[in-house]
Amino acid sequence: MRLVAIGVLAGLFSALFGVGGGIVVVPLLILLARYDERPAMATSLAAIGVIALVGAVTYALHGELKPGAAAVVGLPAAAGAVFGAVIQQRVPTRALSLGFSALLAVIAVWLLV
Amino acid sequence: MWSLLLAGTLGLLAGVLAGLFGVGGGILFVPTLTLVLGLTQIHAEASSLLAILPTVAAGAWRQQRYGHIRWRPALVLGAAAIVGVEAGVQIAEALPEHALRRLFGVLMLVVAAQLAWRSRRPSSYAS
Repeated sequence: MRLVAIGVLAGLFSALFGVGGGIVVVPLLILLARYDERPAMATSLAAIGVIALVGAVTYALHGELKPGAAAVVGLPAAAGAVFGAVIQQRVPTRALSLGFSALLAVIAVWLLV
Repeated sequence: MWSLLLAGTLGLLAGVLAGLFGVGGGILFVPTLTLVLGLTQIHAEASSLLAILPTVAAGAWRQQRYGHIRWRPALVLGAAAIVGVEAGVQIAEALPEHALRRLFGVLMLVVAAQLAWRSRRPSSYAS
């Protein structure tokens, strides 16, 4: 039930700001569903895949996609994601949690100003 | 040429954040697509979702090998999110955007503080 609530919130955020929703899924999995950091972050990635796939197909039907531009940022990002996941295994959980908090705070300030 | 290089570099950075923190990278993709590549907001948001796909596929592939992914919860989250997306579209049309930004901004600050506070003490439910 908690998972459903978290998913709905992530979908809301995703639709409102055009992002995948991971920024909402990760902290809620940790705080509400009692996940540890690494499983929360890994499970979030898989969930975002589902959300983004549905979103991208919907936009494609409306002809809003720019595949070239998506590839310019998305393909380097795929390489970066592998690198990020490798680093994640070597960073202590506490540092990971604090780093994520910092990322959230930066995004919050960006939303507020 | 330079804008492509800059966009690719920002994409790489977004990917590292995605793999490190389990987010999709859209938060960096959207401004990169609008400000660097000159897409409109709607095209940027749509193309961001497409760019997220290879990013999370690569990240999830690594995480799967580390054994951290819980697939059933991930599918439940994804399915529930689709309902949220529908509701989000309705809300976005009903409420002014700056109110939504403020609301989410404040929520995120609270969550960030809670996460930081939680990591100060040793976790009592660490696996």
